[in-house]
Amino acid sequence: MNKVINNKAWWLVLPVFLLVAFSAILPMMTVVNYSVQDIFDASTRTFVGVEWYQQVLQNERLHDSLLRQFIFSACVLLIEIPLGIAIALCMPTKGRWASACLIVMAIPLLIPWNVIGTIWQIFGRADIGLLGWTLSELGISYNYAANTMDAWVTVLVMDVWHWTSLVALLCYSGLRAIPDVYYQAARIDRASAWAVFRHIQLPKMKSVLLIAVMLRFMDSFMIYTEPFVLTGGGPGNATTFLSQTLTKMAVGQFDLGPAAAFSLVYFLIILLVSWAFYTAMTHNDQQR
Amino acid sequence: MTIRKTLALLLYILFLLVPIYWLLNMSFKSNTEILGGLTLWPQEFTLANYQVIFTDPSWYEGYLNSLYYVCLNTLISLLVALPAAYAFSRYRFLGDKHLFFWLLTNRMAPPAVFLLPFFQLYSSIGLFDTHIAVALAHCLFNVPLAVWILEGFMSGVPKEIDETAYIDGYSFPKFFVKIFIPLIGSGIGVTAFFCFMFSWVELLLARTLTSVDAKPIVAVMTRTVSASGIDWGVLAAAGVLTILPGMLVIWFVRNHVAKGFALGRV
Repeated sequence: MNKVINNKAWWLVLPVFLLVAFSAILPMMTVVNYSVQDIFDASTRTFVGVEWYQQVLQNERLHDSLLRQFIFSACVLLIEIPLGIAIALCMPTKGRWASACLIVMAIPLLIPWNVIGTIWQIFGRADIGLLGWTLSELGISYNYAANTMDAWVTVLVMDVWHWTSLVALLCYSGLRAIPDVYYQAARIDRASAWAVFRHIQLPKMKSVLLIAVMLRFMDSFMIYTEPFVLTGGGPGNATTFLSQTLTKMAVGQFDLGPAAAFSLVYFLIILLVSWAFYTAMTHNDQQR
Repeated sequence: MTIRKTLALLLYILFLLVPIYWLLNMSFKSNTEILGGLTLWPQEFTLANYQVIFTDPSWYEGYLNSLYYVCLNTLISLLVALPAAYAFSRYRFLGDKHLFFWLLTNRMAPPAVFLLPFFQLYSSIGLFDTHIAVALAHCLFNVPLAVWILEGFMSGVPKEIDETAYIDGYSFPKFFVKIFIPLIGSGIGVTAFFCFMFSWVELLLARTLTSVDAKPIVAVMTRTVSASGIDWGVLAAAGVLTILPGMLVIWFVRNHVAKGFALGRV
């Protein structure tokens, strides 16, 4: 659609701008403020410049959790995106059954995050949870609270359970938007199911897929509540992700300066990756 | 091929439902039964856990508080996002693309460390422990989303409708309320659903910005952990009850929810 250039449209955007700026810019500036000062109490503080930044960039613990965070997000994306696409392709196209599927699939998305942690905490226990009990009956030793591997698998399965539906819903809406003409043309050409997927469905889903990747990347990179409830970051530090390390620093040890400095670095990493996705998307738009 | 597809879908749905069934199952058991051993369905069916929640004000007020700020947030998000989405869908203006991306970046701020600044900000303006504080804080991630979804729906409405209305002598506010809003009714429904969802599931900000008067249910739930161990039954019942409002909301928009993203700007 050709849009008219009209700078008065700013008046319509102004409420959103003010509202979001109020909740975004002020806290952000506070964090920047923390990150360059050494704070002892409410009235005693000294300016330390970039000292905290130098310190956090050499902090081993932060490096470890950053690495874990990247591995986790990569695993999440690699599992959830293909699975979500597959499920969207399996879903019925219309009728009662389709809306029933949509409702059931939306359930995990609607559960508060700490409840998700609680559900899996119970579900995985060998004495009272179905999953833990079944696995130990099958002779597989499984204990998410003590074994690093088990803890990782549980956190990953929990995330897949929680968020794959979002990817599937997005892909499903992308698929529904493909006009029937394309499929008719494919039938005339006797295209195989794979060819239809590769040359019609996948390209048409590209834009929603990029949104899905972006949303999943941002959310998985900031994951906090669910692993915190499920494993408490343990065993050891095995499932302590970045948010949790930062919260420990800021609230537990009251190292506000370093925590603030690192959270800005953290924010920049997310921003950079998301910007790359966003540019890919808009670039795509211009080509069309 | 279709049978295999249906089977795969059924397997996935089973995978989604089993943990929820387990929660439901536990909520109807007594604590002795839960800890006594594994039973696939409640041997002694009891509603005692639910009774605790519905009779104790500190429990059910948690639900009311949560519902209150979630509805407030949905309302505020929709009110400010509607005109903004209209501007994005109809006009080009100075800095529009940057503004849109900036809105999106607000979803990327790691909440964990922004908690303290948020706490200070809302305390300093005297809104700490009020519903409006949580509602406003949740706007940070809901408003960008609302703008994005609504913009998609609005772009689907032909521009000729606007022009015809202006020629017929409608002023902008009158046109917007009387003609345009009814046209994108389903879009508003879908947006409301997503705002409701993200505000309902958020824990960290809601917990930080409240203490007593506006304490959300997700914070009340931590009470089940006491010196004598965890009260699993009540915890499970509370969990089940947190799922219900969302299901009610999705029931209303079930036929439109798939449309929401397909029409989007990107």
